[in-house]
Amino acid sequence: MGIYIFRRMVSAIVVMAMVGVFVFLLLRFAPGDPAAIIAGDNATPQMIAGIRERLGLNKPLPVQFMHWALSMLGGDFGSSIFTGRPVLQLLSQRLEPTVSLSILTWILSVTMGVSFGILAAWRAGGSIDRALTVFAAVGFSVPVFVVGYFLVYFFAISTRWLPVQGYQPIANGVGPWLVHLILPTAALSVPFIAFIARITRASMLEVLSEDYMRTAAAKGASPYAMLFHHALKNAGVPILTVVGLSFAYLISGVVLTETVFNVPGVGRLVVDAINSRDYPIIQSVLILTSGLYVLINLAVDLAYTLIDPRIRY
Amino acid sequence: MSQTSAEIKVVSQGRVRTRGLVRIVRRHPLIVTGGGLLVILIIAALAAPLYAGDPMALDPFKRLQSPSPDMWFGSDNLGQDVFARTMYGARISLLVGLTAAVAAALGGLLIGVIAGYVGSFDRIVMRVLDGLMSIPTFLLAIALISLTGPGIVILIAAIVIPELPSVTRLVRSVVLSVRERPYVEAALCGGARLPKVLWRHILPTAIPPLMVQSANVCAGAILTEAGLSFLGAGMPPEIPSWGNMISSSRLYLPIAPVMLFAPGVFLAITVLAVNLLGDGLRDLFDPRSKRRR
Repeated sequence: MGIYIFRRMVSAIVVMAMVGVFVFLLLRFAPGDPAAIIAGDNATPQMIAGIRERLGLNKPLPVQFMHWALSMLGGDFGSSIFTGRPVLQLLSQRLEPTVSLSILTWILSVTMGVSFGILAAWRAGGSIDRALTVFAAVGFSVPVFVVGYFLVYFFAISTRWLPVQGYQPIANGVGPWLVHLILPTAALSVPFIAFIARITRASMLEVLSEDYMRTAAAKGASPYAMLFHHALKNAGVPILTVVGLSFAYLISGVVLTETVFNVPGVGRLVVDAINSRDYPIIQSVLILTSGLYVLINLAVDLAYTLIDPRIRY
Repeated sequence: MSQTSAEIKVVSQGRVRTRGLVRIVRRHPLIVTGGGLLVILIIAALAAPLYAGDPMALDPFKRLQSPSPDMWFGSDNLGQDVFARTMYGARISLLVGLTAAVAAALGGLLIGVIAGYVGSFDRIVMRVLDGLMSIPTFLLAIALISLTGPGIVILIAAIVIPELPSVTRLVRSVVLSVRERPYVEAALCGGARLPKVLWRHILPTAIPPLMVQSANVCAGAILTEAGLSFLGAGMPPEIPSWGNMISSSRLYLPIAPVMLFAPGVFLAITVLAVNLLGDGLRDLFDPRSKRRR
């Protein structure tokens, strides 16, 4: 077990190093001068020369990479071209809305997705199952920003039940915070609910056809005990895998949803960075989210042993 | 007498034909629905100049009009015909989706086959792909485009590159399993050259899962292009792509919702058609999956 955790961690570090090499080479092989890209459009030749000196662009590539990687490991992710402030500081200011939106989306989509999936598998072929199949196909195909505008149109513009856009920090009270996050969360959750429900249904159906389920039924287990005690536990591994993998998908959704609802989070920071050609911000978000993705999937791998004692490494 | 028998024959033939068609629809409802929708969309996109107006024509006197028999989806803030723009927008989405699917399939096939046969290449490439797979695809596309500026070629490259790892892994796994099969060994012992074995034995095994995967890539590419254009990092803004249309109409949502919902609904239908086709193909090639879903 200890050896497994160690090996898994080493491979996560190797993957992270590959991500680093890749992101590093992205800038070096881009058309144009990397120093000019980092300096921005309004930079003077002196500024560009200074950045070239600082990045060590006249040194060999491996030396440049070590230099670059070490400064990131030391917490220096560079400065924004547009505001001149450290990227990490800008990111930390934008973290609360994004984390709030992501956590609410995870909670909503896992609870809804897993319950829909269980219901559909329990009455496979029935009307709930059919409705779910249609919802899963459509929900997975409609882009989150289109869902977002539909929700805005019907629940904010036409009925005025909810705010059209914007964000309130949780420090201003849980009520306003939650009210502003209802529509973004609902929009962002649609594809996840569809995806998780589909996987849950498939893996539940697989388990429900096992011999031990028939045995449980023969011994008089209630439907509740059968579904939740016998089946869900065994169907948990694929569901957990999907929840881990969907993180990458969550990020694109967050960028789009924050744009629709004008939520001042990390996603808006990235979009503003595209428009002002602020590459240091994009590079840092790329590295940090990749790191988070590697960590989440590491955690998911290790969590397998907790939910399924049969998996031993 | 002979006339009646001829009639009977015609009638029965007709019945057989419809039965055949009904059977195909019954057996493969997803392929028929998805494929049918996709064919209609492709024809509508290609034939747009025949029935839709000029998507670029400006008319300052007809701004933000409601839908009318003249302009089915009304007009946008510049007085452009939203119906014409939506129909021309299908061209961009389908072009990006199909090109990305073909490019990812060919790229994955090439790298996957080499990786499956050349051990040293395999070890390096798989580590590189592991790294590439850990970078969220949408952000990677944003980074690529922000380095080079918008344009359709870089856009397709930015969509295809993040998709390569999954396609390559698929092809590689097929190669690794098929190349150990007795019939492949027999072919090689019988003097068949490696390219011939690849063409005759490995490619046909890889094609079915590759088609399913390509449908996924296609749907993803259409969504990514729309998303990137929506953020202002995709197609140049004057091009009538669905993402651009949604982006430029968001300010007018309260007064001209059709301007936003027309491209939005078409976008959703197109992606749905591709996804249905992909699901149908998977059921066709892997009947086990049908039972499960």
